[in-house]
Amino acid sequence: MTKAVEERQRVVIRFAGDSGDGMQLTGDRFTNATAVLGNDLATLPDFPAEIRAPAGTVHGVSAFQIQFASEDITTPGDHPNVLVAMNPAALKAELDSVEKGGTIIVNEDAFIQRNLEKAHYTSNPLEDGTLDGYQVYRVPMTSITVRAVEELGLSRKEAERSKNMFALGLVSWMYGRPTDVTLNWLQKKFGDKPQVYDANVAAFKAGYNFGETTELFGTSYRVPPAPAEPGTYRNVSGASALAMGLVAASVRSGLPLFYASYPITPASELLHELSRLKNFGVRTLQAEDEIAAAGIALGASFAGHLGVTGTSGPGMDLKAETIGLAVVLELPMVIIDVQRAGPSTGMPTKTEASDLLMALFGRHGESPMPVVAAYTPGNCFDAAIEACRIAVAHRTPVVLLSDTFLSNSSEPWRIPEVDSLPVIDPRFATGPNAGTEFLPYLRDENLARPWAVPGTPGLRHQIGGLEKDESGSISYDGPNHERMTHLRAAKVAKIADDIPPLEVDDPDGSAEVLVLGWGSTYGTIRAAARCVRERGLSVATAHLYHLNPFPKNTGEVVRAYRKVLIPEMNMGQLAMLIRARYLVDAIGYSKIQGLPIFAGELEDRILEVMQA
Amino acid sequence: MSDRPAEPDGVVGTLTKKDFTADREVRWCPGCGDYAILATVQSFLPELGVSPDRIVFVSGIGCSGRFTYYMDTYGVHGIHGRAPALATGIATARPDLHVWVVTGDGDGLSIGGNHLIHALRRNVNIKILLFNNQIYGLTKGQYSPTSEEGKVTKSTPFGSVDHPFNPIALALGAEATFVARTIDNDRQHMTQVLRQAAAHRGAAFVEIYQNCNVFNDGAFDLLREKPQGIHNQIRLEHGKPIVFDEGRRCVAVGDNGRLVIADVETTPPDRIVVHDVHGRPSLAFALAHTSDRPTEPTCIGVFREVERPVYGEAMDRQIELATQRLGPGDLDQLLHSGDTWVVR
Repeated sequence: MTKAVEERQRVVIRFAGDSGDGMQLTGDRFTNATAVLGNDLATLPDFPAEIRAPAGTVHGVSAFQIQFASEDITTPGDHPNVLVAMNPAALKAELDSVEKGGTIIVNEDAFIQRNLEKAHYTSNPLEDGTLDGYQVYRVPMTSITVRAVEELGLSRKEAERSKNMFALGLVSWMYGRPTDVTLNWLQKKFGDKPQVYDANVAAFKAGYNFGETTELFGTSYRVPPAPAEPGTYRNVSGASALAMGLVAASVRSGLPLFYASYPITPASELLHELSRLKNFGVRTLQAEDEIAAAGIALGASFAGHLGVTGTSGPGMDLKAETIGLAVVLELPMVIIDVQRAGPSTGMPTKTEASDLLMALFGRHGESPMPVVAAYTPGNCFDAAIEACRIAVAHRTPVVLLSDTFLSNSSEPWRIPEVDSLPVIDPRFATGPNAGTEFLPYLRDENLARPWAVPGTPGLRHQIGGLEKDESGSISYDGPNHERMTHLRAAKVAKIADDIPPLEVDDPDGSAEVLVLGWGSTYGTIRAAARCVRERGLSVATAHLYHLNPFPKNTGEVVRAYRKVLIPEMNMGQLAMLIRARYLVDAIGYSKIQGLPIFAGELEDRILEVMQA
Repeated sequence: MSDRPAEPDGVVGTLTKKDFTADREVRWCPGCGDYAILATVQSFLPELGVSPDRIVFVSGIGCSGRFTYYMDTYGVHGIHGRAPALATGIATARPDLHVWVVTGDGDGLSIGGNHLIHALRRNVNIKILLFNNQIYGLTKGQYSPTSEEGKVTKSTPFGSVDHPFNPIALALGAEATFVARTIDNDRQHMTQVLRQAAAHRGAAFVEIYQNCNVFNDGAFDLLREKPQGIHNQIRLEHGKPIVFDEGRRCVAVGDNGRLVIADVETTPPDRIVVHDVHGRPSLAFALAHTSDRPTEPTCIGVFREVERPVYGEAMDRQIELATQRLGPGDLDQLLHSGDTWVVR
């Protein structure tokens, strides 16, 4: 029987199951096959903080969402067209987000009384009309998987574990994903464990063949490749891109990378990635605490390495002290904050972008420092290089902001030519700079001081947290302190000469509303603006990559529009800065639900602002 | 970066104390024990034959923190308690440097206690000098984590109810590979201890009893001043029976196996403890507890000295092995890792 193949422009699929069901892995593998096929894509992993939350409960549901398309897309999608629910809890947790009339594929075997109770269903949703209006496919995934692997001599529990591969196989068939990408990966991953490998392959193929041969599914879908600039592509998550960016900065500066960090969700991924790259001369150190991690990185910088520390909000609280020291020592250092929902422990696995003001101001005294914010998973690569470049060129600690969403989500990424990446010149001091003397706080044209690393003959100097005068001696002189305070501020402000202007996307030049963003809202803002423009309306967008200092033309840009709308995953932090700095009556739009802003929500808000 | 060179480098001619003395006015209170320590360190360093260009002093906050400004070496005066963290970064990044940490009882044992114990357990190649004056001096006289119970200070007008740390026992508990104690006014003894600390591969912890003549004057008089000092100083020497008080008293194994202070005359020779710096940590631990306070017989000298892999070297070895196995990192290859596809 030949089945019908329908073409789709874009599809949003959400895989949901128990946190032990391997949904992240399933989503990840589906993403890779999709990437290799050449679709544009964006992903959104969404999982609980507990490693193994009580099985079968709603709060233990782990989900992975992917949007893929034959056109340029910028978000993981607002509402899934397809939900794969591995148990009743997953259905309960995710059903509300599915588009009306959407497709729901359930693991029918899991809808037993005990699981229904755990999910607090009083009757079986597959039978009580809950799913009326949806296209529901009831697939006994567990039992078919067990049957498919029964000859391998696995225990039932082990056999059941492969059911996520069955689901992957089935959905791969539905959307015409290449199977070799997944099979090759299984070979690489489990090649040395033949039984596990065989079980996963058997389950995957069983899922694929189930779609192809049973009459349950009449149609499969084809999503053609998206047009893209020529080049070699790969799929990349924000965390990997960030790790590769740091290594690239190390290679392009000739400075050994020294990454000190304390385990914290969601920044640990960076420590894991970098600790595998020892053959690049990368030193990674898991410190005793967040404070030590910052201190060790700063010590490494003093010693002439590229000192980097990474954390999330709670760790930023603790690192503030060391960052303040770095501000006064005027040494290159990069502090990565993968933001998560706060305050305090907050929601460790959920995204938020509420550390902007902290990055700018979260230290005692006048302690200005540059802030760079990555805005897409792939851009994390460039942002890492940019943060290191500014740190080294201007002899200053730099905060690089990412967030949980950026870190975990992924997108196709055009691999850059290594030769096209910026060269970072450490410009180490090699000799005296004032006659026969060496003055550690004598400034260059950037107002940056010399970086004289220990071991350099004749450049011995002593620096520290106490206020210095321009010769580097301790000074308690009031006017000197004021002068040094202004100098440190001027040094950071001057970085504006060294960054590109803020670009505005205003296709017809007639927009009255500017949507200004920063960080991971980039994709949402672009998607929402596109929808607005498809209605024949005009809207402008701009995205701040440098949050301190702002690009020089920022004031000009925000004053050029009748209204400025600033969507943020916080209570209006950039809006506050824009208002304060430029006296522009910016309008904030906040979402603080641990999830990215949806394009549809923002579109509605833009339309409202236009009409007001 | 290479390992620490076997031969001193960058040294032209003979080094003197002057080569390590910064051209700055020293601003501790007149009569402070820190002066003696500074002079001893500056006088000792030339004998290492290492150029001051390759030496880094790192300090925290407190009176001891100013030490870095008075040394004509590379120096970082850091933040309160964090000197071991900064020094860990420096020493791990650059095994070719000689890194010294100067800290105090408040800085190293209170606010920075965590960094201290972790630097010791990792065996980072740093030499830690902890100036213990049993008081907060720079903040003008509050009790410290080494102040005795009942200590009356500005913050404890009715006497401290805190039980103090025994810094030597703490360092031993943190698995330090070199643990020693000396006294500010005994230049010869301190020099000998510094010499052994400098020669040690890995983290060396040296507690220095330091008199704060303003806020805690005389805290160590029964140990450091003549004539009482002679009776109370138990000078540890590796391989020798632990005898003190001009040969009158000794450290002996008591009936229940515990160490006791005994008269030599009445103690069978095989009961007198022979000091062994490489032996069981329990011996060093027991020696750290011959008295509760430095007002009774108290051990000075090297308590323990053992070998363990040095942190930075172990890290470098991993880098070497990874590079041998995988080849030197190729950025282009890294960027292309995983599944890729080409758009034409």
